This record gives sequence, structure tokens and C-alpha cells, in this order.
Amino acid sequence: MTSAAPGVPPAVSAEPSGLGIALPPDTPLAIARRLVSRVGTLCWVELRKIRHDRSELYTRAIQPALWLLIYGEVFTKIHAIPTPGGIPYLAYLAPGILAQSALFIAIFYGIQIIWERDAGVLTKLMVTPTPRAALISGKAFAAGVRSIVQATVVVVLSAILGVTLTDDPLRYVGAACIVVLGSAFFSCLSMTIAGIALSRDRLMGIGQAITMPLFFSSSALYPERIMPGWLQVISKCNPLSYEVDALRGLLVGTPAHLGLDFIVLIVATIAGVTASAALLPRLAR
Amino acid sequence: MTGPHNGGRTTTITEAEPAAADHGLGSAVVCAGLTYRFGAHTAVNHVDLRIERGETFGLLGPNGAGKTTTIRMLTTLLKPMEGTISVHGVNAAEEPMRVRRMIGYVPQLLSADATLSGRENVELFARLFDVPRHLRRDRVESALAAMGMTEPAGRLVKTYSGGMIRRLELAQALVSSPSLLVLDEPTVGLDPIARTDVWEYIAALRASTDMTVLMTTHYMDEADTYCDRIALMHAGSIRATGTPGLLKATLGESATLDDVFRRYTGGTLDDNTEQGGIRDVRRARRTARRLG
Repeated sequence: MTSAAPGVPPAVSAEPSGLGIALPPDTPLAIARRLVSRVGTLCWVELRKIRHDRSELYTRAIQPALWLLIYGEVFTKIHAIPTPGGIPYLAYLAPGILAQSALFIAIFYGIQIIWERDAGVLTKLMVTPTPRAALISGKAFAAGVRSIVQATVVVVLSAILGVTLTDDPLRYVGAACIVVLGSAFFSCLSMTIAGIALSRDRLMGIGQAITMPLFFSSSALYPERIMPGWLQVISKCNPLSYEVDALRGLLVGTPAHLGLDFIVLIVATIAGVTASAALLPRLAR
Repeated sequence: MTGPHNGGRTTTITEAEPAAADHGLGSAVVCAGLTYRFGAHTAVNHVDLRIERGETFGLLGPNGAGKTTTIRMLTTLLKPMEGTISVHGVNAAEEPMRVRRMIGYVPQLLSADATLSGRENVELFARLFDVPRHLRRDRVESALAAMGMTEPAGRLVKTYSGGMIRRLELAQALVSSPSLLVLDEPTVGLDPIARTDVWEYIAALRASTDMTVLMTTHYMDEADTYCDRIALMHAGSIRATGTPGLLKATLGESATLDDVFRRYTGGTLDDNTEQGGIRDVRRARRTARRLG
């Protein structure tokens, strides 16, 4: 636009094109900045949504509360599950339930992206100068932001129930990073399946079919060493196990493989972003 | 206008193309040999189209004519299987990011985020189009003001009427100051008052800028009133292009654009199974559910 209408914003020209159109150059630095900017923008949107409607926070707190209050308290009393260093089972369970809450939030993002496709929102976003990978990364990290809010609720619940958690703020920062990475991966997994399933009904079926197996085949509820051999193999391939291991190490202080956990989650997230970005055009077709 | 000639099984009428704009540098949009297939079905079949800068251009046709696929290729959502599209001289397939920066897009569905406020919806697009932070607030307010949406901008979109949401979407599209505004059936599903309201804002915008507008619509009266030129599409091909007046004149003094539509698309508006049909009802219900 070369002339401005009353009230209509004039063009911003980062690179004069002769047409008065904003055309910033696509240097590697500009692309990286755009990626960070888009992730920030989509996280900002998520925070605004949470601010406008907190009801989901309360309803989503019910399930982890039940796991901790009923399952956790009962299994703490019967001492049925051996815990590292003999810590109370509730303390062992709390990071697992935290990871489960984040998983359940992240798995919803595939359904959300199909809903956005059906509503025309996705098309509109894809017509903005946003690379596909940036759009997926933004959504993945937005899932992380929502999960952190939920994780805070679980941490507070655990503290109320008497779980002794770390008092080191840096460990909480580390745990937040793990929750974000885990949620980013699982939301990408969900969006990848959305790119294959292409319909909400199909995705809901697949989502329900994989969510609980992911949870039960991880070390969220019990240590890997008491699992049958075949389940141990699956658990080692399950990123949720690494998320739980890191959260347990950071929040409760059990022995953990933090370096490996971070690497697995980072690699899984990159693979997830790549896969879902590749499948995104299928949703727009 | 070269007059009617036999272009296959349907008579085709096209106006003469401006010779000076061969490479699309003087035109807002140039499509050459544009083709897209879904499996064995050819949705868009060697479409040639030129839209001049500053004009309001209507792409009309019944459902399945290939309008949406053409728009999707133009907005870089689909890559042409054959042919090229250039927007202000930039090849859409080769440099999609540059083309996206020039486009403001309003899709068919009411797609503003109902869980955000009007202002947040516009700010989202200001951020996605990299409007610098120090300019962002002014840009957002200007775009809202241009569409008469300043007063309700603080409210959540789920409290808006259909016409207000459409105006908000126009504000979203305008916040990046696009040189090409693409409107895919901008008034579908709106009541007559809201339709008029939306068009008044678009007309005011057109009167004060040199923005190019490409729109699709099923409402012939809207195309007749607001479009400088139109193209009639049928079965993936352009069957006629020209000013509404010129196209009507080819059919006689009392011809309407409905008559032109019937003549060149080989049917009637009733062939448009979407409008008022089950798909339209489903879509309206989906939108109503989404917006609470």
C-alpha cells in the first residue's frame, strides 16, 4: 500500500521494494529471529487465553488431585512399590503425575489444530509470513506454557499433601524446562498424528489409544526395574520416562540421568517439530 | 474485449489483456497457465488471469468451479502443479514468504479467535507480520478504527455478532498494510444489514487507498456493485472476464449479472449446492458452536 487511508496503518518498509511493501531480507539471523518471535507470539496467545478463562485450570486439576489423593495415599500405605532410597511413594509418584498432567494437555493440541483447520484459523495463520516449522514450534511451546501453569498446580497440591520438594529455585527452573520440552514433544506427536488422521474423530480415537499406554509404559507410576522385560524396552523408548526421571531428580532428589534426559527430550522435540511441520500442508489442503 | 469465441465445450469471452504488463510488474496479480489437480480431478485448468493494481476483482463461479483452489495457490497454501503466479512481480511458488507479506487474507469462515478479545486478535496478526514493537499499538488501533471496531475491541470475540467478527477479520488483514487484500466470500452467512455494513467499510477502504482487492462471492448483486472487473469460473477454467457492465451488455440491454453467470457457468445459481445446502448449514452450526 503506498497511500494511507484515514485510520489504515501505512506500510512499514524494512527493505524498500519499490512498492512500499515490507520485505525484510531472509538472512539466517532474520529467520532465527522470526522463529523466536513466532514462538513468543503463540506463547503470548496461550497466556492470554488462560487469563481470560481459568476454568480449564481448575477442571484439569481434579484428575492429578485424585491420583495423588487416592492412588498415591493408598500405595504409600501398603508399601507395594519399592522406591529409590526408600522415599515415600507419594513423593515418588508426584513427578510422575506432574508429567502425566502435561502429557494430557499436550495430546490435546492435535485435536486443537484440526479444530483450527475446520474453523479456518489454521489457513489464516499459514498465510502469514510464518515458516511451517515456526508455526509448529510456536504451538509446541505454547503447550509447554500451558503445562507449566498446570504443573504449578500439581506442585502446590503435592506440597499440601506433605511431599518434600526441593527448595532450590534453579531446580524448579530446570523442571520447568523439562515440562516445556516434554509437552512440546507430545504436542508435536499429537499434531503429527493429526496430519495423518486429518479428522477429529479419528484423532480422538488414536489419542485415547496412545495416551494411557504412554503413561503406563513409562516410569511415572513404578520403577523400570520392576517392569517385565518387554515393558522395560518400551519404557526406554518412551520419552515420558525421561521426562519423569528428570522431574524426579530435580524436584524430589532421586538419582537421575539429567544429561541424557535433556538430550533425549531435545532430540525428540526437534524430530517432532520436523515431522509435524512436514505434515502441516496436508491439513491445509 | 475480444468477443465470444469457441473455447471448447463452453463459449469463452475474455477482454484484451494490457500489453504493457507482460511480466506482471505493473499488475498486482498475474496467473499464467495455472493448473492444480486432486488425483484424477483437475480443479484448476490452465487459468490465465491478470489483476491490475488498485482494482477490485471478483472471482465468481459455482461450487467446484476452482475458485478456492485458485485462491489457495495465490495465497501460497498450495503450490501450482503447472503454471505460475506472481504477486507484484514476485513468484508465489519461489518466494512464498515475500508474497505472504503482501497479502491480507480473510477466509470464508468466521475465523477470529473467540477466546481472545478483538484487540488481541488484531495484535496477534501485527506480531505475526513483524510490525515493530514501537509501532504495534498505533497500528492495531488504526486498523481497529478503520473498521469501526475500537469501542468493542476490549471484549471477547465470542460476544460479537457475525458482522462484527467479519469487520474484526478485516482489521486483522489490514494491520500489516497489505497491497493485496484477498476476501473469500466475505459476506457469506451474514444478514443483509451486516452484509451492507461490511461492504461499506470495504468501499471506504477502497476509496482511500490503492489497495488491490480480490474477492470471491456468490452474491451477484455484490459483485455487480463493488467489483471493477470480474472473472467467471466454471469447471476449473475462466469462462469470461470483464467489467460487470461489459459482460451484461454482451447478453442484451436488460441482462443482469445473474444472467451472465448462468450463461457462462452453464447452469443456474441453484447449482450452487453449498449455499443454503447441508454444507452451509453444517458450517453455520460449526461456527455458532465455536463462538459459543
